[in-house]
Amino acid sequence: MQKANRKYWWLFVLPTMAAFAIGFIIPFFYGIFLSFCKFTTVTDWKWIGLKNYTKILFVNGKLDTTFLHSLWYTSLFTLVTVLIINLAAFGIALLLTKGIRGTNIFRTVFFMPNLIGGIVLSYIWLMIFNAFLQKISQTIVSNQWNAFWGMVIVVCWQQIGYMMIIYVAGIQNISADLIEAAKIDGANSWQVLRNVTIPMLRPTITICSFLTLTNGFKLFDQNLALTGGNPAKQSQLLALNIYDTMYGTNGWQGVGQAKAVIFFILVAVIALIQNRLTTSKEVEQ
Amino acid sequence: MANKHAAEVSAVRRSKHGGLLTLIMTVISILWVAPVLIVLLNSFKRKAFIFRNPFGISSSPISQGFARWQNGIRRTFVGFLNYSNAIKKTTFFRCFGYSLFITVGSVILIVLCTSMCAWYITRVKTKATRTIYILCLFSMIVPFQMVMFTLSKFANILHLSNPLGIIIVYLGFGAGLAVFMFTGFVKSVPLEIEEAAMIDGCTPVQTFFLVVFPIMKPTAITVSILEAMWVWNDYLLPSLVLNVNKYKTIPIAIQYLKQSHGQIDWGAMMAVLVLAILPIIVFYILAQKYIIEGVVAGAVKG
Repeated sequence: MQKANRKYWWLFVLPTMAAFAIGFIIPFFYGIFLSFCKFTTVTDWKWIGLKNYTKILFVNGKLDTTFLHSLWYTSLFTLVTVLIINLAAFGIALLLTKGIRGTNIFRTVFFMPNLIGGIVLSYIWLMIFNAFLQKISQTIVSNQWNAFWGMVIVVCWQQIGYMMIIYVAGIQNISADLIEAAKIDGANSWQVLRNVTIPMLRPTITICSFLTLTNGFKLFDQNLALTGGNPAKQSQLLALNIYDTMYGTNGWQGVGQAKAVIFFILVAVIALIQNRLTTSKEVEQ
Repeated sequence: MANKHAAEVSAVRRSKHGGLLTLIMTVISILWVAPVLIVLLNSFKRKAFIFRNPFGISSSPISQGFARWQNGIRRTFVGFLNYSNAIKKTTFFRCFGYSLFITVGSVILIVLCTSMCAWYITRVKTKATRTIYILCLFSMIVPFQMVMFTLSKFANILHLSNPLGIIIVYLGFGAGLAVFMFTGFVKSVPLEIEEAAMIDGCTPVQTFFLVVFPIMKPTAITVSILEAMWVWNDYLLPSLVLNVNKYKTIPIAIQYLKQSHGQIDWGAMMAVLVLAILPIIVFYILAQKYIIEGVVAGAVKG
């Protein structure tokens, strides 16, 4: 059977692989190569070694803190959103698995913002934030903390419903017998939550934490539409910082590409840790 | 038995706190959709009143007399003026057409091509197919920023900067997740079914389309939903790949509504936001079950 199939590789594999080569493989490896070059398009490259990488931190012999600020700002943003989204999503999921009236409607409502894209979401909230902030003569870009909390609110609104759906699925997978057994042994609902529900949900918690973690790190649309990195690049998350370096200043494409490589390594490390954690959990079960 | 008992337990609980919990959740739900409702309300207001009076419906408070309050309502609202402005400014229906064409085209192409690819690389074990699988896994962790410059330049060189060409780019960049999900499913399909089809005289192509693809339907729906949500809302990739002077998708049109003036025409913005949300809500209501199942399946596997 393998032999019969093999003849048809051009039909089954070639279309996807041709597009995959154009859309991913070639741009990826060529991108790594270009991070060691000075270039303005893909054809006029000149090898300059590691200069792009040193330029991320040092410009004309002086320390440039823009990238470091953005790295720190992104890490803080990610930490805050991971905590809020997971706690809120878990809490709502617990309430929505108790069989209260209207569960389906609530679930529908909470999930809804997730279907609206980042750009649309951000302009909805930009109007609301500025309407509130004008009362104290500020806007969302008056300072980096307005921008920070603005983005946190938008991202929470978008992702809590999504994570809630995954938590609900996880909670529904816990066998009712287990909880019943704990109750017969005299556990109150807090003890059931702490000693049965949460331990049984560990795989779900891992998945949701890492989804929110990578979403936070990779956030772009909301940042661009809500603050545009203002004031003075202080609210730039990493993705927007890379975009700004690449398309904002001519001659800096190489530095932008070098930043992108570092960004990729960061995201890849997070993904590898997640993979390690989820597979080791599977072995335990 | 267990289920029946669980139902009893929840029934008991419902009588204890159910009413209160429902009330609390109702309040939170209303707050949850409030931003969309505020945008809807403001989309009918005169531009000047959107920020002067963002949450009210009348420019003078009711305490100043009913007639003035009524008059204030009349001054605040302009009917569909913002909508006609927004549709003209953004050429909304054209953008909607491009968004729809690109999304539907990409989803069909991705589901068709990657399911075939996934079946082949699962059934034919060679070094090459193994490499393809690993590359697909690998592509899932690469952020778009890593390839955005080179990808958009190559797309330009290959004349893919139009709604038809970008579908191929989406197939390429979206292949990783789709191949991964289909491969996971094909592994669970028993080989005997396909062998039986082959013995009955099916060619591999017939076997795939008549036997394997119909079984794959649930995974195909999941992949379609995930890819559709991504493509419809995507901003950065189309803004870099497409020739944006000629072709704008809805997110691009909204972002450019800001940039073309520096300042934002908030009247048109409110209207275009409502127009952008409407089709999503309609789609959500029609396909809610599949969307939620798809999201759960995608998260657990991805």
